[in-house]
Amino acid sequence: MAHPLVLAASAASNTEVATFWVLAVIAVAAALGMILTRRAVHCAVLLAVVMLILAGMYAMQGAPFLAFVQVIVYTGAVLMLFLFVIMIVGITASDAVVETIRGQRVFAGLAGIALLVLLILVVGHATIGQAAPAGARNSTQNISGLAKLIFTTYVFPFEVTSALLITAALGAMVLAHRERTSPRPTQRMLSRRRVASGRPTPLPGPGTYARHNAVDMPALLPDGTQSRLSVSGVLASRAAEARAAARPAIGGEVIGAEQESAGPGPGGPENQAPARANGQKEER
Amino acid sequence: MISPANYVALAAILFVIGGVGVLVRRNALVVFMCVELMLNAVNLAFVAFARLHGDLGGQVIAFFVMVVAAAEVVVGLAILTSIFRARRSASVDDANLLKY
Repeated sequence: MAHPLVLAASAASNTEVATFWVLAVIAVAAALGMILTRRAVHCAVLLAVVMLILAGMYAMQGAPFLAFVQVIVYTGAVLMLFLFVIMIVGITASDAVVETIRGQRVFAGLAGIALLVLLILVVGHATIGQAAPAGARNSTQNISGLAKLIFTTYVFPFEVTSALLITAALGAMVLAHRERTSPRPTQRMLSRRRVASGRPTPLPGPGTYARHNAVDMPALLPDGTQSRLSVSGVLASRAAEARAAARPAIGGEVIGAEQESAGPGPGGPENQAPARANGQKEER
Repeated sequence: MISPANYVALAAILFVIGGVGVLVRRNALVVFMCVELMLNAVNLAFVAFARLHGDLGGQVIAFFVMVVAAAEVVVGLAILTSIFRARRSASVDDANLLKY
């Protein structure tokens, strides 16, 4: 009869095998999805999946500190930074499908396959044995062992890292800083501009006196017409984009013209239908 | 117990996928994310080798890679936002003035 400790160890290794294969398949699928989806947001979410799986794999390999750093720094900080920049650049920012260099994708795919074959051959030919038995340094005292290494053997790279971080922070501040080229408008200038614009009152809010209280419903004016000013321009462009995606055969000009004539542009076709049925014409 | 070779092979696959993404994609943000994927793949290989040798050096190197990657992302995204502010585009094809 085997020793209970041996049994426990074999059960643990079986668990590791199963976990590895499940996580590896998900990670490769997510990574493939990253280069196949067109939207940057989907790409970021799939990258988060890959990073969390890698954190789990670090934990499986006796690197609990790195696993937590992976979750906190990569998934928490770096990916959030990515998402912030995606919000700045535009959530709908998607890749162009045109190839600027002819045959680039085919050649990139071929180069990738060649590199993969090369790397797998190298890994297969190298005699990578079984893992060393997890000693005291590697399992229970992972964090103290890492700290000892960082502050003794690797203390100089560690100090250089601080210089790198300061430089990066300064560089980001310099790059993100924008000089004001015109003087800051005073309140007097703003009020003059507002009166001169011909519309001194605030813009009407969306959905007021309309059937729904949604932001994409244009407000109804007292005479029953719809106020296009009450809906954000972002929604209008998004609706136009959705319509262009639904009917890719029609060119941009045609869609724009149709949007001008078809009534309240924002809100998509389902919101337009009742407006057209009622024969309401739009204001501006 | 699963062999470290499996982890290294997975790292190679992820690295290649990231590299193909860098070559294929035109959105600078996505290119950055693919670079991050490549860095993560190399980290996985480092950790696997650290386990193989029963030594913590690989984990320390992976830790330093993470720090440098974080700094790189900060500067890269700042450059990206400033380019976007000037040209209203995040495509790598639009930032080609240095070519001429």
